[in-house]
Amino acid sequence: MTTLLICVVIILSVIFIARSIRVMELISELKPKDDVQEQHKENKWNARILLLFLIVMFIYFGYQTFSYAKYLLPVSASKEGAISDKMLWINFAVIGFVFVCTQILLFWFGYRYMYQKGKKAFFFTHNNKLEFYWTAVPTVVLLGLIGYGLKVWYDIMLKPVPENKMVIEIYARQFDFTARYAGKDNQLGYAYFKLIDGPNRLGIDSTDKASHDDILTTELHLPVNQPILLKMRSQDVIHSTYMPHFRVQMNNVPGMTTQFCFTPTITTEEMRKITKNPKFDYIMVCNKVCGAAHFGMKMNVVVESPEQFNQWLGGQQTFIASMRQQKSTMAMK
Amino acid sequence: MNPEQQETLVQANETNGHLHTHGDNHDEGYYWSEEWWKHHGAHQPNSFWTKYVFSQDHKVISKQFLITAIVMAVVAMALSTFFRLQLGWPGQSFKILSFFLGKWAPNGVMAPDFYLSAITIHGTIMVFFVLTGGLSGTFSNLLIPLQVGARDMVSGFLNMLSFWFFFVSSCIMLLSLFIETGAASGGWTVYPPLSALPQAIAGSGLGMTLWLVSMVLFIFSALLGGINYVSTVLNARTKGMTMWRLPLTIWAFLVTAILGILSFPVLVGCMLLLIFDRGLGTSFYLSDIFINGQALHYSGGSPILYQHLFWFLGHPEVYIVLLPALGITSEVISVNARKPIFGYKAMVYSILVIGFLSFIVWGHHMFVTGMSPFLGSVFVFTTLLVAIPSAVKVFNYLATLWKANIQLTPAMLFAIGVVSFFISGGLTGLILANSALDINIHDTYFVVAHFHIVMGSSAIFGMFAGVYHWFPKMFGKMMNRKLGYAHFWLTIVSVYGVFFPMHFIGLSGVPRRYYSNESFAMFDSLTSINQVISLFAFLGAIAQFIFIFNFFYSMFRGRKATQNPWKANTLEWTTPVEHYHGNWTGAVPVVHRWPYDYGKPDGKKEDYIPQTVPLDPGEKDGGGH
Repeated sequence: MTTLLICVVIILSVIFIARSIRVMELISELKPKDDVQEQHKENKWNARILLLFLIVMFIYFGYQTFSYAKYLLPVSASKEGAISDKMLWINFAVIGFVFVCTQILLFWFGYRYMYQKGKKAFFFTHNNKLEFYWTAVPTVVLLGLIGYGLKVWYDIMLKPVPENKMVIEIYARQFDFTARYAGKDNQLGYAYFKLIDGPNRLGIDSTDKASHDDILTTELHLPVNQPILLKMRSQDVIHSTYMPHFRVQMNNVPGMTTQFCFTPTITTEEMRKITKNPKFDYIMVCNKVCGAAHFGMKMNVVVESPEQFNQWLGGQQTFIASMRQQKSTMAMK
Repeated sequence: MNPEQQETLVQANETNGHLHTHGDNHDEGYYWSEEWWKHHGAHQPNSFWTKYVFSQDHKVISKQFLITAIVMAVVAMALSTFFRLQLGWPGQSFKILSFFLGKWAPNGVMAPDFYLSAITIHGTIMVFFVLTGGLSGTFSNLLIPLQVGARDMVSGFLNMLSFWFFFVSSCIMLLSLFIETGAASGGWTVYPPLSALPQAIAGSGLGMTLWLVSMVLFIFSALLGGINYVSTVLNARTKGMTMWRLPLTIWAFLVTAILGILSFPVLVGCMLLLIFDRGLGTSFYLSDIFINGQALHYSGGSPILYQHLFWFLGHPEVYIVLLPALGITSEVISVNARKPIFGYKAMVYSILVIGFLSFIVWGHHMFVTGMSPFLGSVFVFTTLLVAIPSAVKVFNYLATLWKANIQLTPAMLFAIGVVSFFISGGLTGLILANSALDINIHDTYFVVAHFHIVMGSSAIFGMFAGVYHWFPKMFGKMMNRKLGYAHFWLTIVSVYGVFFPMHFIGLSGVPRRYYSNESFAMFDSLTSINQVISLFAFLGAIAQFIFIFNFFYSMFRGRKATQNPWKANTLEWTTPVEHYHGNWTGAVPVVHRWPYDYGKPDGKKEDYIPQTVPLDPGEKDGGGH
C-alpha cells in the first residue's frame, strides 16, 4: 500500500512539474521577450558560477588533501616500497602542478571570455611555434618520468634475486592464504594439484626430499632486513597477494608460479610506534575478485627480529612431521 | 536486359565506383543530385513499422540507439546507487533494497553475491551498452551522413541490423539480472577461471552464459555499425568535402570505428574460447584447478592468455569510448566559442596517434599478473607516450577558449566538463602507467577513481554535450536551457564529489570490488569518506532525472527549433528541420571550405561562414589568412 502511494506521489509530481513548466513557457510566450537578451543574462550567471566552481573545487580538494592525509598508508615497511614511494611523490608534484595550471586556465577562460554581443572572437587557427613547444615540453618531461620509472621497475622486479633470500610460498584458495616456508634447505618441495588430498591441502609431494622440512603456517612471519622471495600459487581461481604496507602485490594464478622479492625493514613493534597505534598489524589481503567471500580473504603478517622469528619458526611443525602425525591418528581411529 | 547492356552497366559501375540504386546507370554525382531526390524523395516510408521500428533511416536509428542507451544507463545507475548504499552503510537494512532486489537483499541488506553481480553488470552496461553502443551508435549514426553530405549510411539495411542486434543483446543482458543463480559476477572483465567455473561463484552459471551470448551479439552490432561508418566516411562524402574539410567529430568517429573493427573480432575470439572452456571441456584458459574437493581435468591452459586477448580489445575500447566524446567536444567548443578550433591538423594527427598507440599498450593492465616484467617495461614506455597527443589536445582546447566569445549553452558547459575530466583523469593515468607505482595501487580504488573520471565521466559528459547540441537536429525541438544548467552543475559537482575522494581511499590500500571493508580494522577510519561519496552519488543520480525529464518533455513540448539554432557551419544545419529519408530535399550542397570559419575577419556582420559558402576570390581555406 505504501509502495502504491509512493508511486502515485511520484507520478503526480512529475505531471505537476511538467504542467508548471508548460505554464511558465506559455507565460513567457505571452510576454514578448528578447530570447537573445535572456540568453545573455544566463551566460553571465553561468560564467560566474564557473569561476565560483573553480574556487570551491580547489578549496574542497585542498581540504581533502590535508584532512585525508592521515588515512594514507604509513611509510613503506620495505626497501623496495621506499624507492617507489619517493617516485610517487615526485610524480604527484608534477601532475599536481599541471592539474592546477590547466584547470585554472580552463575555468578562467570560460569566465573571462564570455559572450559579448557584436564582438568577434580572435581568429587564431594555429601557431607552429606554440604547438612545437607544447608538444616538446611534455615529451621531455615524460621521457624523464619514463626513464625514472623504468629504473625503479628494474630495481624492484628485474634485478637478480639476492643469494641470501628466504623462500616462502603463498598459496591461495577460496577464501584463505597458506604460507609455506622452504625450511633449512631453502627449497620448496614439489607440489601438484592432483596430489591434494585431505590434510595435504597444498598437494605437496612427500616423496620429494626437499618437501620434508617445509613448514605450513596460516600466519606470515618475516625476519626484519632479510630478503624474502615470495612464490605465489593458487588452487582454484586467480587471487592476488597484496601487502599494502610493503608496497607488494602479485597475482596468484592457477597453473603457474609467480614471484615477488622484497626486504621488510620495519618490525611490527616499530611500526606501532611510528603509527602511534598500539593495535597496528601488517596484513595481506586478496586483491583480485575471487568469489562471494573475496572481501574477507586475508592473512596476518608479523615482522620481527631474526631471533624472535627463529623461535617462532622452531615451534612450528614440519610438513613431514604433520603428515606422520595425521597418519598415526588415522591408524589409531 | 540483354548481355550487351549488362556489360556496359558493369563497366559504368566500375568506373564510377559510386553508390547506385536499383542498378540504374547514372552519372557520377547522381547520388547527391536533385534528380536523385526527385526520383526517391517521393518514396518516404510512411507505415508505422517502416518509419519508427524497422527503419533504415540513419536519423531514426540514431534515436533508437539513444533511447535504448538511456534505458540501459538508468538500470546501470540504479545498480550503482544500490551498491553505494551497501558501501556507505555496510550491513544496514534499507527498505528500498528489499523492494527492488527481493531475495537478493534479505532483510534489506544486499547479499554479497548480488553485490558482485551489480558491479559487473553496472560496468558492462556502462562501458559497452551506454558508452560504446549508445555514444557511437547515436552520434556516428546521426552525424556521419549529415556532416559529410550523404543521403544515408551506405548500407541502411546493415545499419538497421546493427541496432536490432544491439537491442536484442541489451534485452539479454537485462534478462540475466532476473535468473535464479544471479547475473555474471566476476567483474566486467570476467577473468577466468572465476568466470568459467560455476563451482567458484553462482553467477558463473547461466548468468555468465547469458552475458557471453549478449556480448557476442553486441559485438556483431558494433561491427556492422563500424563497417558502415568507415565506408560512409570514405565513400559517400559530397562534392568538395575532402578529408581535410571533415569536422573533427567525423575524424573521431572514423578512427573510433576503425579501432572497433580491428579490436572487437579479437574479443569475439576471446569469448568463443571462454565458451569452449565452459561448455566443451577445452583448456584454453584453465589449468591445474582443484575446487570443491575435486581436481578438474583442465591442463595446459593459461588465464593470462585470456587477459592478453581481453585487453587487446579492452584498451582500444577505452578510446572507442573516449574519442567520440572528444570529437563532439571539439565541435561543440568551436561552435560555442565562436572561434575556430585551434590546431585543426594537430587535433587530427593526435586522434590518429592515440588510435595507433591504443593498440600497443594493453599490457599496462597486467603489470602484476605474472606477465614478464621485461614485457611490462615495454608497455610502460608505450603507455606514457599516449600522454603526448593527449597533452596536445588539452592545450589546443585551452587555446581555442583563449580570446574566444563564449556562449555557455548547456552543451558548452558539458564540453568544458569533458576537458576538465580529461585533464584530471588523464594525469592520474601517468601514475598508473608507471609500473613500479602500479604495484601498490593496482586494483585499488585509485584505479576506480581514475577510469571513472577519464573514461566514464568524460565520455558521458561528451554524450550529454552531444544530446544538448544536436537535440534540435534530432527532434526539431529545443531542450529547456535552465533545466540543462541545473543538470550540468549538479552533475559536475557530484562527479568530483564521488571520484576525487576515491583517490585517497585507493592510496590507503583499499581493494576495489570489496563488498564491505569491515574485515579490516585499518579501513575503519574510511567509513565517513565512503558515506560522503555515497551521498554525492545519490545527488548525481537524482540530477539525471532532471535530464531524463527535460529530454522527454522537450521531445514533445519543447520550443520549435530553427534550422540553424547555434549558427554553426557544418552541413547538418543545412537540412530541413523536418526529417526526410534522404536528408536534403533537393541536391546535397557542395562544400567549399573547412568547418571552422568562426569569427573570420572578413568585414561581414555574422561571425560564421557555413561550409557551403564559396571562398571569396583570394580567400584561403583552412584558416589561412
